[in-house]
Amino acid sequence: MSTVVRVQGLTKSFKEVQAVKGISFDVAKGEVFGLVGPDGAGKTTAMRILAAILAPDRGSAEILGMDTTSSREKIHDRIAYMSQRFGLYQDLTVEENIRFYADMYGVEKKQQESGIKKLLNWSSLTQFRKRPAGKLSGGMKQKLGLACALVHTPELLLLDEPTNGVDPVSRKEFWNLLYKLVDEGLTIIMTTAYLDEAERCHRLAFMNKGEITARGTPGEIVRLIPGGVYKFKSDNPFEESNLVSSKTGAVSTVFGSQVHVMGDVTEQDIQTTVGRSVQISKTQGSVEDAFVYLSETVYDR
Amino acid sequence: MPLFTFRKQSMTDNDYAVTLENLTRKFGDFTAVDDVSFSVNRGEIFGFLGANGAGKSTTIRMLCGILKPTSGRGIVGGVDISRTPEKVKSFIGYMSQKFSLYDDLTVEENLNFFAGIYGVKNRKDAVNRAIESAGLAGREKKMTGSLPVGWKQQLSLASAVMHNPDILFLDEPTSGVDPVSRRKFWETIRAKSDDGTTVFVTTHYMTEAEYCDRLSIMRAGKVIALGSPDELKRKNDRDTLEDVFVSLVQQTGDTR
Repeated sequence: MSTVVRVQGLTKSFKEVQAVKGISFDVAKGEVFGLVGPDGAGKTTAMRILAAILAPDRGSAEILGMDTTSSREKIHDRIAYMSQRFGLYQDLTVEENIRFYADMYGVEKKQQESGIKKLLNWSSLTQFRKRPAGKLSGGMKQKLGLACALVHTPELLLLDEPTNGVDPVSRKEFWNLLYKLVDEGLTIIMTTAYLDEAERCHRLAFMNKGEITARGTPGEIVRLIPGGVYKFKSDNPFEESNLVSSKTGAVSTVFGSQVHVMGDVTEQDIQTTVGRSVQISKTQGSVEDAFVYLSETVYDR
Repeated sequence: MPLFTFRKQSMTDNDYAVTLENLTRKFGDFTAVDDVSFSVNRGEIFGFLGANGAGKSTTIRMLCGILKPTSGRGIVGGVDISRTPEKVKSFIGYMSQKFSLYDDLTVEENLNFFAGIYGVKNRKDAVNRAIESAGLAGREKKMTGSLPVGWKQQLSLASAVMHNPDILFLDEPTSGVDPVSRRKFWETIRAKSDDGTTVFVTTHYMTEAEYCDRLSIMRAGKVIALGSPDELKRKNDRDTLEDVFVSLVQQTGDTR
């Protein structure tokens, strides 16, 4: 499989803050690659370098065989970048927005008609094509943003937290749309703060404080939690979670009314610490559990 | 330990913090909120779910006294939102995804500003308490714009509760915040609810909905489900809230 993105020793600082510290990774054609990590980990900076918007201090990023610093324009012709604040013109209609982007990208007029028709159809926005973008629901706005970003048929799509503020049904639909494109050979790199979304990526890189501290398929990332996850139900989940982590040194988090405990700990330790008879079950855990585990162990302990 | 020590005022002694009776709002011939009735208990964390465009924001805007209902009634903290909407604002706090913070003010200046707006007495004490509760000690002089999203969110929450409101409206408060920061945020919210504050929250993330005592799901202006997270899962015979939500909302799709 051919390599679409090759990142080597990428480094970028802003004044005294080192946002990205020598990260390296490859992404193959047709792959959905997720960059996840806590706020301020350097994900957005990395994405902006990949989008050839920002130049790195050191290291390199090659997109489709071209260097992001020296071949900016050529890269922009062949990739799409969609951030949380995608620029839609609120007073233009759905169709006018897509056409505007087609013009901007220099898509030939002859190809525009069929392209726009195809995008409207693909995003199920055909019946709303005359509606001003400002009057669309959040989910539809996001689909329109994606349609606009794809108007020049890019080979690589960069998505920076694309589904913030979008409801579960629309998000599901968004992912179905993305997978249709991936089947056609599109490569996607995305960042997300929502780990149920990360589970849908083929491969993940976990970033923390500017570095990639873990990588692999979602399954591999989950297996980084040594010994799995203990779970028990609690009426005071936050209190008991804090109690367990402070007394045993394990990593603990809360999911609704459930306490999750990970790390060097036994069922008996938990039982003793909580001081009541609790029903503890053990599971493999989720990417979200792994996220918490990795955030709290690698650097903070 | 309570986060806020001053006395709860303004709330009358009824059991419900918020009551909606056949609440309806139309825009022209479009019914955004359609005959909605439910009550929220005092001290409850009430999750308000629904697809984009289902009518959640319109409902919240009415409950906050910003928008007048077309018909029906809304009682917030004992006050009728149609009759005296201006009264509502003194005992509610409101925080939205678009943090209403000034990026070019420091943490301390932002809190001072909101304390001023809300007419908080002993402003210096209140600001110090807010800094403490938001875990922002040592960051008082930082420019708000330079804070990571998770800290901004804590600051935004601290600003929204400067006046110790009885009822807190949170509109997608943790959009784009990472899981560790989100957990801290919910821990703060739970502590508030334990102190008696009622929390009314909208979210699109079912991992968050799990933290609520009760949930309602809206579709096309109507409430189509109401209950605790466990009840909703049981009733709909689904293992996760995500599946509950998708199965209920997808039946018609919300393409309004």
